[in-house]
Amino acid sequence: MKDSGHIEHRIWNPRYEQISSDELAQLQLERLQATLQRVYRNVSFYKKKFNETGFEPSDLKSLDQLSRLPFTGKDVLRDNYPYGFFAVPLREVVRIHSSSGTTGKPTVVGYTKNDLETWSEVVARMMTAAGVTADDVVQIAFNYGLFTGGFGLHYGAEKIGASVIPSSAGNTKKQVMIMQDFKTTTLVCTPSYALYLAETIVEMGIDPKKLSLKWGLFGAEPWSESMRQEIESRLFIIATDNYGLSEVMGPGVSGECLMKNGQHVAEDVFLVEILDPDTLKPVPDGEWGEVVITTIHKEAFPVIRYRTGDISRIITGRCDCGRTTRRLARIRGRTDDMLIIRGVNLFPSQIEDLLMKIEGVEPHYQLIVDRVNNMDTLELLVECNESVMTDMVSELERLQKRIEKEIRELYNINAKVRLVEPRSIQRSEGKARRVIDKRNIYGSN
Amino acid sequence: MKVKQISVFMENQVGRLAEMTGSLGQAGINIMALTVAESTDFGVVRMIVNDFEKARKILKEKNFTVRETEVLAIEIADQPGSLASVLKTFSENKLNVEYMYAFVGRREGAIMVFRFDDPDQALKALKGTKVKVLSNEEVLALTK
Repeated sequence: MKDSGHIEHRIWNPRYEQISSDELAQLQLERLQATLQRVYRNVSFYKKKFNETGFEPSDLKSLDQLSRLPFTGKDVLRDNYPYGFFAVPLREVVRIHSSSGTTGKPTVVGYTKNDLETWSEVVARMMTAAGVTADDVVQIAFNYGLFTGGFGLHYGAEKIGASVIPSSAGNTKKQVMIMQDFKTTTLVCTPSYALYLAETIVEMGIDPKKLSLKWGLFGAEPWSESMRQEIESRLFIIATDNYGLSEVMGPGVSGECLMKNGQHVAEDVFLVEILDPDTLKPVPDGEWGEVVITTIHKEAFPVIRYRTGDISRIITGRCDCGRTTRRLARIRGRTDDMLIIRGVNLFPSQIEDLLMKIEGVEPHYQLIVDRVNNMDTLELLVECNESVMTDMVSELERLQKRIEKEIRELYNINAKVRLVEPRSIQRSEGKARRVIDKRNIYGSN
Repeated sequence: MKVKQISVFMENQVGRLAEMTGSLGQAGINIMALTVAESTDFGVVRMIVNDFEKARKILKEKNFTVRETEVLAIEIADQPGSLASVLKTFSENKLNVEYMYAFVGRREGAIMVFRFDDPDQALKALKGTKVKVLSNEEVLALTK
């Protein structure tokens, strides 16, 4: 941390980041109306949904009527694989990304030229809020590919005018070499990878204080306040949290400013609601609930009331950084049983599906997630039943290897499979506990 | 001429083998031969017992996963070179031994359990050779 004392808060786009609440409400309403027209005309799912409830896009007269709009779930996006939710013809789409899916099929998202402009704009705001300027050297250690993390941060950093190093994920020693030799000032990656880098730096005999690092922008997986403190004290940087998901855009939905107390939402692009996941009614500001997002400034892939499954809350009051936009607290958990393992989404049901397809294997299993040396690990316990049992150890080992291979090929996750005795998996009220997550990633807020 | 072996799946945990053999002992079942094959996480205990059906029932009640395998019990003269000569007969008949282990009890010679890919084929091949394959009765007689 380069000295503390006075923190200078820079704002990338005061027009939208310091907008008055009246002006914002008017802008949001206009953009929402335009979005509804767009999806009604171009996305059959929404047309059908609106027609079913007798709702016409022009009926929407105020933002309070948002609750009349249908929800969009991950399952619907999957059912419309690959392009069913695109609101423009493919020829207008200039970029395609995707997120990991629940049945092996990913969710495919598209961007027009304007969408890419909007995306880099919101990322530029988020990065500026986190301290980055044109003088910074930004090393992006997110995977560049279908995952939105790498490209999302890349174009935002370029927009600011920073010097961008697209180092992508992996090859940790080389990352450290680049960091040292290229004089990286800003590190962009997952928080767990930041800690892994910190360890590698020390292992390589490098003094982290002598590096040029100032800022760390971390996201794509949940983390805790104590993890922030650890990263900051080991890398001597200011670490900020940011949030986004490919279904609504990618990174850039919200990000912390240097006050490190909540992530400012790009409210001219995203309408954020916090709902009780059971009643689906809004909770009062400050209370925890499911984050539901409506995109109001997207062309290729607009979504109405997308249920993220992430749990957060609105942090009330004005932020001292000068922004007027509402703040989202650090993500505290999930409404469903989705696991995020090294940035890859995994539902226990996916493992169940896979096991069911292997002859003789019964879906009596348990997933144990842990974090060892700051890397997520996944262990899969499978009960050995009579139909897979043999007197030959080598055959049982082959079965373990086969399941490991299928998980790797289908879900891109390295798991360790272990056969266990029948009925040895902990059951509560007759129901097996499917997941034991030892990471305590959400920590306490 | 074939003998039923019972195989039990077992996690590598302290006391687990004692628990399993203990429950057999309580039921008056005698373990006549036993071997453990292990991987890093689990083991497979293979046994010849004096009452296969009863042993299977008890182990299943205790939630163990068991498997029946047919093996051959073969008497081997207690003198240098006799095991090698039996094995030579196997290889001359192209019989592949998956694994083998010894009985606790003995007759004149030592008794060993052999697991072949195909026990029926092994039996046929060994007919007429000098290798002495024990019948089930002969095996059970070892217990007293």
